[in-house]
Amino acid sequence: MLLSKEEVLHVANLARLSVEPSELEEMAGTLSRVLEYIDLLNELDTESVSPTSQVVEQHTVWRSDVIQDSLSAELATQNGPQVVSAMFVVPKILDGGGQ
Amino acid sequence: MSDNYEVVIGLEVHVELKTASKLFCGCANLFGQDPNTHTCPVCLGMPGALPVLNRDAVALATRAALALSCTVHSFSKFDRKQYFYPDLPKAYQISQYDQPLATHGQVTIRTEAGPRAIGIERIHLEEDAGKLNHIGQRLGDATGSLVDLNRAGVPLIEIVSQPEMHSPEEARLYLTELRTVLSYLDISDLRMEEGSMRCDANVSLRPLSYTGSLADLPRVEIKNVNSFRNVQRGIEHEIIRQRELLEQGIRIVKETRGFDDAAGTTYSQRSKEAANDYRYFPEPDLPPLVLDAVWLEDQKNQMPSLPEELRHQLAAEGVLPRDVDVLVQDRALYGFWRQTVAIYPDVKLVTNWLLSDYSRHMNAKGLSFDNPGVSAPHLAELLALIEDGTLSGKMAKEVLESMFATGESPQVVVKRLGLSQITDHEAIRLIVSQIVEANPAVVADFLGGKEKALAFLVGQVMKATKGQAKPDLVNALLREVIASHV
Repeated sequence: MLLSKEEVLHVANLARLSVEPSELEEMAGTLSRVLEYIDLLNELDTESVSPTSQVVEQHTVWRSDVIQDSLSAELATQNGPQVVSAMFVVPKILDGGGQ
Repeated sequence: MSDNYEVVIGLEVHVELKTASKLFCGCANLFGQDPNTHTCPVCLGMPGALPVLNRDAVALATRAALALSCTVHSFSKFDRKQYFYPDLPKAYQISQYDQPLATHGQVTIRTEAGPRAIGIERIHLEEDAGKLNHIGQRLGDATGSLVDLNRAGVPLIEIVSQPEMHSPEEARLYLTELRTVLSYLDISDLRMEEGSMRCDANVSLRPLSYTGSLADLPRVEIKNVNSFRNVQRGIEHEIIRQRELLEQGIRIVKETRGFDDAAGTTYSQRSKEAANDYRYFPEPDLPPLVLDAVWLEDQKNQMPSLPEELRHQLAAEGVLPRDVDVLVQDRALYGFWRQTVAIYPDVKLVTNWLLSDYSRHMNAKGLSFDNPGVSAPHLAELLALIEDGTLSGKMAKEVLESMFATGESPQVVVKRLGLSQITDHEAIRLIVSQIVEANPAVVADFLGGKEKALAFLVGQVMKATKGQAKPDLVNALLREVIASHV
């Protein structure tokens, strides 16, 4: 299985990575090898295993609706490269995106 | 709406749940706090933090699902929806994708053509994102943004309708009824202006000749409109815009558009031509949610009476159909009405006063039934003063106005304004006698059979008493006095 250059560009775009055109071919090759490696899993016989979305055998782990202490604004924002009025500063948003 | 096209509208409504703490951590779920004072490693998206589901959020979401006639699934799970945006610290939102909490519900709207059920495709639980404060007037002109993560992780339900509305008016009716139903559950503040209820509208025009799937029709999503009125306006504008394009043979582009309140138009925000690729996958930090029958039964038992039931109940109690809708639509108004009727059980009188004079004064003061200014017991007391003859209807209106102005009880206002009807028979009889003596010609007319002459005399007595006599008492006394004069 070999990824196309378009697929590499798409993945790069989703990850907000810029890839030079000259790098595309090499990336397609290395990424494909990663996928091939994961393909090994297909060799496992999973006939008798039922599909699941979970690896822990638990369900409905929940808590009471109780308020606990939050961090101070100073502590919460201390990793921010730039902070104004106790808020993180982020650059101009270009595409008006969001969910 | 259109000759060649059918308007197709689907609505996605986000509702913030009124829990004490956030969905996956113990930070307080509060609006309007100082920036970044309610965050922790979980809602800041710190590596290694473990989200744990809030049981009450599940309870409130379940009640919403039950109230909207959904099937609540005994098994649902959480997924990561991945996208980059500065209000989303983890670069993914914990949501529910292919196995949501509930599906297959409905909202019944009451159109002029009669009631119609609008399907609800699904209701799922998810976390809210943080809030961006743009530096500059509008997103387009902003030079940057300030991120406040107090809202990140607040519990939301997303209610997705089927694309079954066909006019802006139907969309408005759907939203109104949805909000009314949810308001009785008391699960959210439902304030659009504060963002605790938000609506995105998907609008497309289906050419009548089109027989393909609705999902393949290019649709435009109008996002984050801040009032029901503007949802309706945004859809109205979008229908006109799309029809113009189609009629010029221009293809509609699948995109997200914002609504410009001042201009009443929509503007392009983001092309969705490249399909969203959120790469959902099961949230490994949260085990699936399994709701058993006992728990579901417990939620059902905590359900209040819902609007549809209340409408029937009010109609049975003798409230007029047009008033029934008004009373039920506002939960606080309904509660106030109930409280007043419990003290003063004249349904008709209470309804009339509440929906006319009372509402007018309340609105003029910018108040609402959550905190209306004049209490239900005081209104009941005022109505009782009309019944026992102390006040005429006209005087009562004056007293009510004064009650709103001062907050005093009706008894206090009546005393202060010296406004009670004279019910003292002897005092009125004296005035009646004076009027009868002063108007011999009119009295003669009345005795000659002219009933109308009496009305003139009643008017004279009312004038002499400054309107404080009870008209039927004056009437009776006039007849008595005239009879004794003959």
